[in-house]
Amino acid sequence: MIGILVVCHSAKAAKGIAEIASQMAGEKVKVVGVGGNEEGGIGTSTADIYAVLSELLNECESIVVIPDLGSAVLSTKAALEFLTDEQKSKVIIADAPVLEGAMMAAVEASTGSPKEKVMQVAESAHLLKKLVN
Amino acid sequence: MDNEKLDVNTTIAILERIKDIIEANKDYLTELDSAIGDADHGINMNRGFSKAIEKVRNNQYFDIGSIFKDVAMSLMSTVGGAAGPLYGTFFMRASMKLAGHKEADLTLLAQAFREGLNGVIALGKAQPGDKTMVDALIPAIDALETAAKEGSSLKDGLAKALAMAEKGMKDTIPLVAKKGRASYLGERSAGHQDPGATSSYLILKAFYEALEN
Ligand SMILES: Nc1ncnc2c1ncn2[C@@H]1O[C@H](COP(=O)(O)OP(=O)(O)OP(=O)(O)O)[C@@H](O)[C@H]1O
Ligand SMILES: [Mg+2]
Repeated sequence: MIGILVVCHSAKAAKGIAEIASQMAGEKVKVVGVGGNEEGGIGTSTADIYAVLSELLNECESIVVIPDLGSAVLSTKAALEFLTDEQKSKVIIADAPVLEGAMMAAVEASTGSPKEKVMQVAESAHLLKKLVN
Repeated sequence: MDNEKLDVNTTIAILERIKDIIEANKDYLTELDSAIGDADHGINMNRGFSKAIEKVRNNQYFDIGSIFKDVAMSLMSTVGGAAGPLYGTFFMRASMKLAGHKEADLTLLAQAFREGLNGVIALGKAQPGDKTMVDALIPAIDALETAAKEGSSLKDGLAKALAMAEKGMKDTIPLVAKKGRASYLGERSAGHQDPGATSSYLILKAFYEALEN
């Protein structure tokens, strides 16, 4: 199983995006969202991200994290510092637009691709056009 | 309180002071962040340090590294913005240097702060002049190290560091932000003081003032 972790400034956004991407994911992929500060407001929490990552690592052999921006990236990186080296080697962060990236990652992961390929495809979502054809 | 060494009690007094100063400047920091960010820096920092001091008050400590570590963990989970993982990393890296030490002199404190700063830079990738907290921290910690080499007292070293942090903070005003939320404003970020550089100055101010008493 491969995991995709969506990290957003809003818990609702993270869970909603994870839900949208899950539709494309099939059974071999688990898409989860985490976000918001510890009071449930807008922001991110290293502790929350760490908790979700550790849980996902129990069921997934690898994880692609898709953060929105700013502290979502920094909090994710800080959370990785609390993992063991072995756990850390299973996690990769994608520099991708969060919704399109999560969707494309879910599709790619469902074909059984390794996390590096899933990350690359998620990052290519930068190029996606939605108003043509 | 021995002014030449930072011991457990002094460190706790410093944290109380940080909490008070951040609380007193909560609106000011948020106002700075409303000009070039999302108007939450004061709220974020106040929440973080209130939680940190709560944790520290409820614990017993035998070395100063453990205090720094508890502060780091609190900040990382409660601040909520970029300042959380950044200051969290600062205190965490510093705590590793201070682990097992019952007290720190200026040299050890300067080393711990340098480690902390290196962690902030490794995480956030900010360069000097990017209009971030790093612009206050770099000159301050350079000054702290120089003072340590010159054999200054802890208080004098912190006074010098504070003066340089203040200068670094003010020097962020004309800069165009290259990192963090303010960078989305591009040229429009110029003409405003960076909130994170300001909170860094305030934290150092608390270190200095707590030692003065
Ligand atoms: N990459 C970075 N490196 C160093 N400092 C940074 C970086 N990004 C932001 N900062 C500092 O953090 C301060 C803002 O802190 P704050 O807690 O308000 O985070 P934020 O920008 O609201 O976070 P978010 O990314 O969640 O929007 C800035 O003024 C700046 O000094
Ligand atoms: Mg902010």
